[in-house]
Amino acid sequence: MNLYLAALGLLLLGALAGPVLSRRPALALSVGSWLAVAGSVVGLGAVLPFLLGAAPVESTLPWSEPLGAFHLRLDPLSAFFEVALFAVAVPASAFGAWYMKPQVGRRPLGGFVLAYGLLLVAISLVLSAADGVLFLVAWEVMTIASFVLVTFDDERLQVRRAGFVFLVASHVGTAFLVALFLLLGRNAGGFDFVRFEALRGVGGAAPGLLFALGLVGFGTKAGLVPLHVWLPEAHPAAPSHVSALLSAVMIKTGVYGLLRLLGFLPVLGAGHGLLLAVIGLGSAFVAITLTLGQEDLKKALAYSSVENVGLILLGLGLAVAANASGHPVVAALGMGGALFHVWNHALMKGLAFLGAGSLVHAAHSQDLERMGGLLARLPATGAFFLVGLASLAALPPLNGFASEWLLYLGLLSVGGAAGSAGPLLGYLAVAVLALVGAIAAISFTRIAGVALLGAPRSREAAGARESGPASYLPLALLAAGCALFGLFPSLPLRLVVPVAVQAGAIDAARVLGPASSLASPPRALLLVLVLLSVGIYLLRRRLGERAATSETWGCGFTAPAPRMEYTASSYSQLVLGSGLVPRALRPRVHLQAPRGLFPQKASFRTDAQDPARTRLFDPVFRVLGDRMSRLRRFQAGRLNLQLLYTLLTLVALLVMLAIRGRAA
Amino acid sequence: MILRALLQIGVLLLLPPLLLGVVNRVKAIAAGRKGPPLLQLYFDLAKLLRKGAVYSRTTTWVFRAGPAVGLAAIATAGTMLPVAGQPAIVSFSGDFVLFAYLLALARFATALAALDTGSSFEGMGAAREVSFASMAEPTLFLVLVVMARATGSLSLSGMLGPALAPAWRAAAPALLLSAIALFVVALAENSRIPVDDPNTHLELTMIHEVMILDHSGPDLAFILYGASLKFFLFGALLVRLVADVGATGFWSAEGAFVLELLAFSVLVGVVESFMARLRLTRVPQMLVGASILSVFALVLLLR
Repeated sequence: MNLYLAALGLLLLGALAGPVLSRRPALALSVGSWLAVAGSVVGLGAVLPFLLGAAPVESTLPWSEPLGAFHLRLDPLSAFFEVALFAVAVPASAFGAWYMKPQVGRRPLGGFVLAYGLLLVAISLVLSAADGVLFLVAWEVMTIASFVLVTFDDERLQVRRAGFVFLVASHVGTAFLVALFLLLGRNAGGFDFVRFEALRGVGGAAPGLLFALGLVGFGTKAGLVPLHVWLPEAHPAAPSHVSALLSAVMIKTGVYGLLRLLGFLPVLGAGHGLLLAVIGLGSAFVAITLTLGQEDLKKALAYSSVENVGLILLGLGLAVAANASGHPVVAALGMGGALFHVWNHALMKGLAFLGAGSLVHAAHSQDLERMGGLLARLPATGAFFLVGLASLAALPPLNGFASEWLLYLGLLSVGGAAGSAGPLLGYLAVAVLALVGAIAAISFTRIAGVALLGAPRSREAAGARESGPASYLPLALLAAGCALFGLFPSLPLRLVVPVAVQAGAIDAARVLGPASSLASPPRALLLVLVLLSVGIYLLRRRLGERAATSETWGCGFTAPAPRMEYTASSYSQLVLGSGLVPRALRPRVHLQAPRGLFPQKASFRTDAQDPARTRLFDPVFRVLGDRMSRLRRFQAGRLNLQLLYTLLTLVALLVMLAIRGRAA
Repeated sequence: MILRALLQIGVLLLLPPLLLGVVNRVKAIAAGRKGPPLLQLYFDLAKLLRKGAVYSRTTTWVFRAGPAVGLAAIATAGTMLPVAGQPAIVSFSGDFVLFAYLLALARFATALAALDTGSSFEGMGAAREVSFASMAEPTLFLVLVVMARATGSLSLSGMLGPALAPAWRAAAPALLLSAIALFVVALAENSRIPVDDPNTHLELTMIHEVMILDHSGPDLAFILYGASLKFFLFGALLVRLVADVGATGFWSAEGAFVLELLAFSVLVGVVESFMARLRLTRVPQMLVGASILSVFALVLLLR
């Protein structure tokens, strides 16, 4: 625990470098970033033992807050998510030291460095807090710090809007969590997690309501459809290493919260599990379909985060349902798949966002249509980014496949069970999962093809250059993690086991352990794949010694130009326009077709739109806004009026107390 | 034993180009032509492997790696497929998921290589390939889970092994429906009429062929060979599913298997000769039709 506190201390020190050194922004940036790296490395060392069998540790620090206590606890579940945090924070912070350099002197960095350090500390505390009040305080600090980071580039209107949406959505979610913890506190007679956990056996009042509150509150943070609307706005707006941290780690605190909550509630029924799984799979399908229409590289990646959280929830729901209906093997596969995917997604989305940062930096635009040909110009960055995209498309032998494999096996094992309703749902889920995987392949070939390959689509992209090891070594670290976890999944799965057991999958050790034949496809086969690929590639180089270079074959046309390349929107047009995709998920098309014998002007534009935003929240908030505007009359802005309100409130409270007192 | 394993691998590696030769010969006969020799693809491969290659200045290593990764992925997938009723070289629970994902990896690599050229034709081909594949993928999985459920096994070797005959007796309608769906998927995945015309000469109408316009020499050889291997894999899956003749001896089983594969090629050739190619916008409807068939099969099985 002391080592863990030391790590938090280093992170805090890094945060303080912001305001203390604000006169010397370059120094503040590097001190802040490298202290964050150091703190995260120490933190990794501090939390890893808890996955290797160390007994959980608790500690209470002096804290003079009413109701709550500064009660920290590190158990496998906390440690598991902390590992994801620190493992991503190391490369992200190191990348940030390079990425933010151009901002030195342009704008004050003190607040940014402070917020960055505080975000790391706050996420870490959210994961280790063992007290409801401390948890909520850390949760709120996490929200505010990420708001500051998201709105760093606040000269852009889009960024300010994204920040606003983020703030509103986060606080609506937090309101549900406050209600959740108040109810839990009333049931348990205190806010300590130990008391909450004691409720598990007792039951307490209204577990269904608690479950619903937690699902909305934590689901908002995790970005479940349709509560995800803030995510594709906020994550692309932030500087890229912050996006990496937000998408790879911060949204997982929602998953962590749900898992903790499951430990407080009496064992849930199969219906609850089914609900989680359906929401998860639905989120995955909607989000991956929405990536197809995005022109903004980082926005597409943000939607893919929603997809992956959906897959994690699918595994969770599968585990809950299987536990309720007595299928421990399925529960172990579902829970193991969900947890393993938490780590894998952290690695691959961290990699993808850092890579996207470099590409955006090089091409001076987030627009896919203004990139192109970047692999030839940024060979190292491009190659690592490609690894991230292939992982996200869940292709073997990379890590995205390793965890989806467990989900498939879990769903298929449901299918093997007796009865017909369970198997039918399991099998249909397999088909939907396959569809999600295939759409992911469209989406990531599209991103790779338009951004990395082909000819450059803008002057900036044509002149792009690699900026040295500081920009791509962090990517190399994450890419190595993706390949390692994909080829040797038994290593990380060994660490997943105690967490899965704690989360209720009692059979995890047998099903996910190294001796199990279910946990992963034979390693030899994946190695054969790699060796065969390399072998054929080398063979080709022997054979094709006589190689000539020329222009791309243009089918007879001899002056191909980059503007004739297939665009990102045309790439996904076939599947989006095929009638298979619900109309609500298609981009809006603005077409002015050429008319007449001598056509004048013609234009074609597509706008990606989010149905949750345009069809659900925008109308609701518009109506609410209209109704609420009548309340403005009471807020005239005069001081004496405000004082009167305060007085009236006080009197009302006193009257309430007096009535209460008489009643008692 | 080792001899038999070698023979299995030999069939897997050497037979595929012949199947496409048979398809082309059937098409030629149906059209009243003489057609190229049955072994034409072997000649083509030998020629291409000896030739040099031309690379576009736009391309990177992705273009050169595409055919290699594609062929490696398809060949690795082949190790999980039981040939002639013998268990596959590798077999484990859930191997069909990896089988499908390796085919997806091959597609990913080919599509990226196509996009690397920066040609709009090849981009178009890549978009069509991955889009149609996304519509065929759920069907492929549904067909495989129907087989898994009917035989009570999660591995391809188990699904296509001795448990298949009793499964046909117990659930013939479901298996028949899924076999039809699998045939449609096989046509789509292997770029055959009515989805794609491998012999078309208009770039705008191509799917698979337009993706590989820029490949030449050994690269093209790898792609053509990989395509024939994939055709073989789907054919082997299908003939084993519908035509388990119950031959017990090794040689007779092997012989029957090769004959069945040749029959499958003839069938594909006949379909290609007597069907028109569908309009691109009609292809999704056919693929969705196939997936509805496979859902019916599942419901029939679980009833």
